[in-house]
Amino acid sequence: MVDLDRVFRDQWGRVVAAMVGFLGDVDLAEEAAQEAFAIAAERWPRDGTPTHPGAWLVTTARNRAINRVRRDRTLAAKTRLLQAAETWEGDVEPTTFPDERLELIFMCCHPALALDAQVALTLRTLGGLTTGDIARAFLVPEPTMAQRLVRAKRKIQAAGIPFRVPRDHLLPDRLAAVLAVVYLIFNQGYGGRSELAEDAIRLGRALAELMPDEPEAHGLLALMLLLDARRAARFRDGELVLLADQDPALLDAAEIAEGRTALDRALALLGRGPYVLQAAIASLHADEPRDWAQIAGLYGELSRLTGSPVVELNRAIAVAEADGPEAGLRIVERLPLDEYHYLHATRGELLRRSGRTAEAREALLRALGLVHDPAERGVLERRLTELERTAPGA
Amino acid sequence: MKYLLLIHQGDSPTPRSPEAWATLTEAEQQAVYADYQAINQTPGVTPGLGLAEPETATTVRVQDGKTLTTDGPFVEAKEAIGGYLLFEADDLDGAIELAARIPAARLGGAIEVRPTVEW
Repeated sequence: MVDLDRVFRDQWGRVVAAMVGFLGDVDLAEEAAQEAFAIAAERWPRDGTPTHPGAWLVTTARNRAINRVRRDRTLAAKTRLLQAAETWEGDVEPTTFPDERLELIFMCCHPALALDAQVALTLRTLGGLTTGDIARAFLVPEPTMAQRLVRAKRKIQAAGIPFRVPRDHLLPDRLAAVLAVVYLIFNQGYGGRSELAEDAIRLGRALAELMPDEPEAHGLLALMLLLDARRAARFRDGELVLLADQDPALLDAAEIAEGRTALDRALALLGRGPYVLQAAIASLHADEPRDWAQIAGLYGELSRLTGSPVVELNRAIAVAEADGPEAGLRIVERLPLDEYHYLHATRGELLRRSGRTAEAREALLRALGLVHDPAERGVLERRLTELERTAPGA
Repeated sequence: MKYLLLIHQGDSPTPRSPEAWATLTEAEQQAVYADYQAINQTPGVTPGLGLAEPETATTVRVQDGKTLTTDGPFVEAKEAIGGYLLFEADDLDGAIELAARIPAARLGGAIEVRPTVEW
């Protein structure tokens, strides 16, 4: 018995991509793909699953689209399908029909589209999510999301956004944009909506498979898997558990292993980009005891690459673990992050460890004044109470 | 596809304001001339006509059948179009690449890439 949901998840992106390549229109492509899946749902349980389900779906979608365009001349005029339909002969070679998902993802993540539109289009066309699913995941009313998708598809058509893998000199920037979209989807899911994280990992797997020589594609996949492995450990009774307090027994060993394999691949390709470095750090965090000196070194490399003071803050935490709180404090004191509550929370913690209780209390209060999230407030309040309890003289 | 590239000078120096133009080195000035020339000679480009300063513009509206004219461009002078060209490109990426080569884009201005529609 074939699992149609699974076939849908695995094949939707490929079928839509093939149809966009064939029809030159995202809406028509989605309709043709939907029709093909509906026919499969009806026939496969009765007649058996074809040997090459993907090729079967593409062929069926294609034939449906051709029939539809033959009936509807105005539609034909709008697409380049008519000539294609006349020249189209016979079946696709089942094993060699081209995988055009890369062309599709570069089109969806084109920088001429707004970022929220890139995200929505990617989830819709490659991830197979419905407009309603996407709207709920991003806490946007469904009509707003539908409008966003319509506008994006119209711009693709009207502005001539290409269905193509960018030429070499454009590729690094464009690939970075694609990876950023996938990571954004992952982070939306990591905050709690786990299906989105799964979708992002699936997209990441596809990218790593489609661009096997790009270290950052493997790096992103590794990073997402290594972070996702902590899902069960990150929350206890609905409360956020800090990295240091997470129970190692709750880590997903299979995901860590898969993540490390992807990381090894990225490192073998001599990758030292931001995703590879973050994945390497996440991998070190899964070891007990942690190699803080190496973690600090990798944060240093990441910091030079990104110039981000937030990365420097993370480096300070690792340096404090490796060389003591005073060494960490020396980094923290010079960061331009006065409005960032993590800076003050980190400072408070390092001051506490240095025995400077009064200053620690002041820093934690400053952090509390900047934070809004109730879960994060809870963590800070517990630490303040702890501080009062352990140092009553302060 | 055919694109209209609208050149917004923004703060980019042009020979029209000698003071601003003088902030560029001679080599930079030569590069601006050379780049515009190279763009105009790029296959697919139909160069636009030269435009006089935005301050010389007259904006025309018709209300209740009456023609109203006002002095100056429709938008603020700083945002007015400084020039334009037409470009026949394979797709938006081709148009973006050409737009990025227009000196105004790197000197404080911006290029608006507008697809044209065939009626």
